[in-house]
Amino acid sequence: MTEAVATLPLAAGDRVRRRHARSVLGALALSTPALVLLLVFFALPLLRLFWLSVDAGTFLPYEKALTERLYLTVFWETFKIAAAVTVLTLLLGYPVAYFLATTTRLWQFVGFAFVMLPFWTSILVRTYAWMVLLGRNGVVNRTLLDLGLITEPLPLLHNFTGVLIGMVHVLLPYMIFPIYNAMRKVDADLVRAAEGLGAPGYAVFRRIYLPLTMEGVLAGTTLVFILSLGFFITPALLGGGRVAMIAVIIEQQVREFLNWGFAGALSVVLLASTLVVYGLVHRLLRPRFAEGVR
Amino acid sequence: MRRRRISAGRIALDLFVGLVFFFLVLPLLIVFPISFSSAPYLQFPPPGFSWQWYERYFGDPVWIDATILSLEVAAATTVLSLAVGVPLAFALTRVRFPGREAIEKLSATPIIVPTIIYSIAVYGLFAKLRLIGEWYGIAIAHTLHALPFVVIVVTAGLRRFDINQELAACGLGASRLQAVRRVTLPQIKPSLVTAAFLAFITSFDELVIAMFLAGSNMTLPKKMFDNIRMEIDPTIAAISALQIVFVSVLLVLAGRFGEDQRGIANAR
Repeated sequence: MTEAVATLPLAAGDRVRRRHARSVLGALALSTPALVLLLVFFALPLLRLFWLSVDAGTFLPYEKALTERLYLTVFWETFKIAAAVTVLTLLLGYPVAYFLATTTRLWQFVGFAFVMLPFWTSILVRTYAWMVLLGRNGVVNRTLLDLGLITEPLPLLHNFTGVLIGMVHVLLPYMIFPIYNAMRKVDADLVRAAEGLGAPGYAVFRRIYLPLTMEGVLAGTTLVFILSLGFFITPALLGGGRVAMIAVIIEQQVREFLNWGFAGALSVVLLASTLVVYGLVHRLLRPRFAEGVR
Repeated sequence: MRRRRISAGRIALDLFVGLVFFFLVLPLLIVFPISFSSAPYLQFPPPGFSWQWYERYFGDPVWIDATILSLEVAAATTVLSLAVGVPLAFALTRVRFPGREAIEKLSATPIIVPTIIYSIAVYGLFAKLRLIGEWYGIAIAHTLHALPFVVIVVTAGLRRFDINQELAACGLGASRLQAVRRVTLPQIKPSLVTAAFLAFITSFDELVIAMFLAGSNMTLPKKMFDNIRMEIDPTIAAISALQIVFVSVLLVLAGRFGEDQRGIANAR
């Protein structure tokens, strides 16, 4: 841009430069309202929270968060659940994405409706429904008992299983969409060529299809894992106080104990874990897979 | 031989995917029969048909007030997030200027900050500013929550739009503002509709921020949360059924006037 401007006759160059300056000013003016909002109502409160966690000039809240057994257990539980949810959504989501990417137009439309409708339904509605379904006298247990498949009701609610089912249900679409997008970009000729050259089905999948869709898998797993770490509603309702995820503890610290310093410290640790996961995937894995594919 | 093996695999896949679809819609389907139950408490299968839970919802001013508050907050969030998000999307797609990448990144960060952290942070600030319990306090916080979706969808829409059309309008004597209003905005209307839909639903369904900021006021999700915690009565099923119908209607409208469903999927 500047080079082009420099070679123009002086007067015209001035005009172009002035017009450019004006559009930069225009862009700044257009972004100002959003920027003010983001700084005042997003950045400021978060910085204030982090400030509160070191307010006393000590790192005591952090020491407590990172050494006390109770909180270490909570972090461990949170990561364990997030990992389990990620693996399960991947196992369920990959085939669904494949189905959506390869089926006929009609079935694609129907399939998307099946994924989109729950996706847009309030998490509270779905969590309530799972409570009705999974309870001791719930629909699932009743049905299984009536069919004679079990003799005792299964413990599905107010425990790890319940939280897992609820979270997988909420997060499954977040896994399906990025994988579906990656699959849509796969060149069908590549698959056909590999088949034509005599590669067996599983080899085509492992050597061609999986690497080509790996980017979507990575995007999906990162997204699901990060979102899982901060989950609140599902563990609060389906865990029945027995599944302590970090978000539930943070809420408790503020609501019941007004312990802002400690809640701030827990938030920083949670946010840092989130950013580490995000950064790891983006910095380390992305370029390597991109090379591997090309 | 080869063909048969593939189709056997395909049948297995279809069956598996069918089960996953069943898992996805089961919770949505289950609330309908329960909402029409004639039993005095939660019972499945329902012993008979009645409208009692719907009557209870519509007859209870607490539920109705909560619904109205949620609708108001969601409407305000939609207007506010479009009012600041659309200009920002224009700025981000039109010119290079110092700090553009930083602003774009900043506008997307609310997605990766867990809601609980944002909620307590904004609660702390709003308590100082005496904004707790004010409906516009919730709307402002919800706007920050919805802004990334608006910016992502509208930015993508503007990147697909051929700017020469706007320039041609200007060349033919329209002012920049007229050109944007008469040429550009109508063409990116699907993106705008989708963005509005995302902002509205994001706010309407939001619980955690509202839980902290609403004070003694009740938004619909907050009231539902309290109700689910105390007693699971079928009133919730009636409200759930109504919400599912409401969202389906919005979804159909967004599908008709907005972007392709898959466009929405990309943004979220």
